[in-house]
Amino acid sequence: MSILVNKNTRVLTQGITGATGQIHTRACKEYGTQMVGGVVPGKGGSDFEGIPIFDTVEQARRATGANATVIYVPPPFAADAILEAVAAGIELVICITEGVPVLDMVKVRRYMRGTSSRLIGPNCPGVITPGECKIGIMPGYIHKPGNVGVVSRSGTLTYEAVYQLTQLGIGQSSCVGIGGDPIVGSGHIDILKLFNADPATRAVIMIGEIGGSAEEEAAQYIKENFKKPVVAFIAGQTAPKGRRMGHAGAIISGGRGTAADKIAALMAAGIAVAMSPAELGITMKNLLDSKAA
Amino acid sequence: MNIHEFQAKQVLGRFGVPVPKGLPASTLDEAAKAFETLGQPKAVIKAQIHAGGRGKAGGVKLIASAAEAREFASKILDKPLVTHQTGPEGRVVRRIYVEQASEVARELYLGMVVDRKAESVAVIASTEGGMEIEEVAAKTPDRILTEPIDPVIGLAGFQARKIAFALGLKDKQVGQFGTLIAALYRAFIETDASLIEINPLVVTKDGNVICLDAKMAFDDNGLFRHPDIRELRDANEEDPAETEASKYDLSYVHLDGNIGCMVNGAGLAMATMDIVKYYGAEPANFLDVGGGANSQKVAAAFRILLSDDRVKAVLVNIFGGIMLCDVLAQGVVDAAREVKLNIPLVVRMEGTNVDKGKQILKDSGIKVIAANDMADAARRVVEAIGQSV
Repeated sequence: MSILVNKNTRVLTQGITGATGQIHTRACKEYGTQMVGGVVPGKGGSDFEGIPIFDTVEQARRATGANATVIYVPPPFAADAILEAVAAGIELVICITEGVPVLDMVKVRRYMRGTSSRLIGPNCPGVITPGECKIGIMPGYIHKPGNVGVVSRSGTLTYEAVYQLTQLGIGQSSCVGIGGDPIVGSGHIDILKLFNADPATRAVIMIGEIGGSAEEEAAQYIKENFKKPVVAFIAGQTAPKGRRMGHAGAIISGGRGTAADKIAALMAAGIAVAMSPAELGITMKNLLDSKAA
Repeated sequence: MNIHEFQAKQVLGRFGVPVPKGLPASTLDEAAKAFETLGQPKAVIKAQIHAGGRGKAGGVKLIASAAEAREFASKILDKPLVTHQTGPEGRVVRRIYVEQASEVARELYLGMVVDRKAESVAVIASTEGGMEIEEVAAKTPDRILTEPIDPVIGLAGFQARKIAFALGLKDKQVGQFGTLIAALYRAFIETDASLIEINPLVVTKDGNVICLDAKMAFDDNGLFRHPDIRELRDANEEDPAETEASKYDLSYVHLDGNIGCMVNGAGLAMATMDIVKYYGAEPANFLDVGGGANSQKVAAAFRILLSDDRVKAVLVNIFGGIMLCDVLAQGVVDAAREVKLNIPLVVRMEGTNVDKGKQILKDSGIKVIAANDMADAARRVVEAIGQSV
């Protein structure tokens, strides 16, 4: 088992003919993901390396039975692409695009209320269930099938965590990059709930960063409801106040959203916090070994 | 992106938000002329810098003649103003705003932000005007009202009234406030703002509600829709290295340490700063070269890093996903040659094409301290500046 995606997931690419869409559709297909179609308005009827292209998501879903889509379209059109996927009834919508205006996301989230679609991102690396299905831009080869779930606001820092796990012989059930923007489709808690219910996930690494209060809320949720051990890391312990650190959501505003506050909340919830990003893997290993003993 | 108070008032004025009349000035003559053009018995001169606390720092003065305008302008123009938000070096005042004086009966607080939890724009209002809202939130949180706005409905009439009554407004002020806040919300949405802060919003002695101060910030991701707003950027208010970085689409934030960091990805870049500190040194910067960096971009990143002469060593930490390690390595080699690098360089690379990348560094003849992992990289760079780990 796993969460969100597996070997039966049928995936569309919105923006399949753009440079990014091409590279990653190819890489995901090579990984073994069922890339069943692409969507580019005006290019319906053609194909990308044998993958059929459609004008609309609705046509693509009908023709291919896709239940997931990945979006690489540029920021001005990304929100519209999400809406189109949701309107077509796609269950899992993953938006990789970085730079989507936050007010566009306000509208998207309002539109999604009451629908059955789940959005991951935007501004995220995507989702992978190692050995089964990779949707997004993460390098596939660093992953290894196993029992540790990973949820993170960061891209490359997630690769770092996964790489450390794999080096220590610890595989992953699924890895989810939720994205670094202030408003994203799924938060830490949404993903933790899925890991909680997934019998293949024994433990979870949660990677947060400065800004907002998502990690504090996750800490509360973990304390009250989460049945599995958690290792956490918060990036930005040395970040100055009031400055946006790359990610639109990574900013300490009004003295709130500091790494220190988040780490304190996580520790108070009994979560093993790695103080150095180099110790994510080993902290998880020690935790798993102590549970096994 | 932040803008000046006078720019914010111009933007808000265009949407029909009531703001006092005023004119910007950058010379003594302009200051005197602005006073005369306003034609009021009294005016307020306010220093225009991107920082709060100007009043307490002596950057705001009530004046009653063109001569006084000229005199105060001569005291603050082209000189640094130090407020509790500027740091000890202060900010040079390049412009002042000459504004008609208002007789204030009550000071209130009105703000609009994007509320992450509510996934919407929210109004923040408080009767405690003139104070920093963070301070009010800490001391008297019950005096703050937060009202999320439905993006489909917009700001509903009942919400405007609810906020007006919570602010203790009465009679014609309630209607005036309703018009004001509706215009403010329209300005927020139509400019892709990320923050509007009216502090204070005032009730004048003759009973009108107006915005005495105004602060606006914009969502950088929304600026492509607003070339007019983008024009309002004031490079003088930004670190020159940061302005240079933004030309290359690099995300750079200057810090006070001496280890220059170049990383791909914001989270990993922050984590790299953290691990430098963990091993006892201080990072000189945050620098995310992004996913699609080419060797040209890497070279620009290098130049910017080294333009800070406090930097005593450079740590490159790359986890290649989209970014290929060989491209990165070539960029590092090119840049190191171009700038004639003469400080220690520690490189940690992992990910796509890592072997090719390592080979390029090895063959280049440039002195590179290769690191195996993040901890090793941090230890080596700290040792390289002669500190013990």
